[in-house]
Amino acid sequence: MDGIGQGPRVSFTLPIFGGIEITETIVIGWIILLAVFLVCRFLTSSLEKIPTKKRQIVAEMFVGFVNNMVETTMGKKWKRYAPYIATLLVYAVIGALVSLLGLRSMTADFNVTLTWALMTFILITYHKIRSGGVGGYLKSFASPIPVMLPLNILSEIATPLSMAFRMFGNISGGAVITALVYSALAALSKLAHLAFEFGAVDLNVLQLFIPAVLSMYFDLFSGCIQAYIFATLTMVYVSSAADEEG
Amino acid sequence: MLTEKAFVLGCSAIGAGLAMIAGIGPGIGEGYAVGKTIESIARQPEAKGDCTRTMFIGVAMAESTGIYAFVVALILMFANPFIGKL
Repeated sequence: MDGIGQGPRVSFTLPIFGGIEITETIVIGWIILLAVFLVCRFLTSSLEKIPTKKRQIVAEMFVGFVNNMVETTMGKKWKRYAPYIATLLVYAVIGALVSLLGLRSMTADFNVTLTWALMTFILITYHKIRSGGVGGYLKSFASPIPVMLPLNILSEIATPLSMAFRMFGNISGGAVITALVYSALAALSKLAHLAFEFGAVDLNVLQLFIPAVLSMYFDLFSGCIQAYIFATLTMVYVSSAADEEG
Repeated sequence: MLTEKAFVLGCSAIGAGLAMIAGIGPGIGEGYAVGKTIESIARQPEAKGDCTRTMFIGVAMAESTGIYAFVVALILMFANPFIGKL
């Protein structure tokens, strides 16, 4: 069971405040930030009014896609949220897809998804208070009748928790299932005498192509869909919180 | 001889398996939602974008209970709270 379902490894420890542990997730997050920054610099360098280079067309396609998504889901006046949604999308998609490079998925760490969900929760609360005032916000917990108070508080807490658990569960579930299948295939190929050893390298024939099919679903499809769903839910919750009282 | 730890570990494994029975619910719900979406797209192909987007949100909502069960199973398997109580 080693290596399955374990949390991220600690990469190194910062020697301040009694040692802050920097995990794999944080290091991968930094690498992604750097990579995305460099790609953005490359795509947006020497912009022209009428695009002639391929890279500007790619950048415009992505920006247009996010703008269109925000406009159709939240409405025209919420276009200022497009950069935030684009950041979430890019970070979530690449954070899930780094597992294709053999690194640990960033979103398979509950801390990451909970942070994003809390950011969304803060946005929701901010917009609720802004549209209804502090009194209206507190009053909304006791609506329609005061008996509903505990249920309303629960559902308020459940929103960020379920968002965080959904993303974490999907990505880490995929990782756990892939690891289980992988070890099962190793045992199977040992049974069928298809396992060979070349010095330090183990070659299990059954492990060669079968996990790739699972990886297509769990890494590519699930990662992209969960990022899309997270962004969409953020938009839906924020715009509904803002429009509640008008 | 069955040690206490082995008993707790075995029961936890059974509990994790039982928890995943919750996967039935989201499976049925999601299948129903997707089926209805396909029906509505077949009736009104021009509303495909809206239907698909709403379906994804609904499916993600329906999936929550399954994900909760999965988290419970993960906790039972890898961060067992009962071992410490022995």
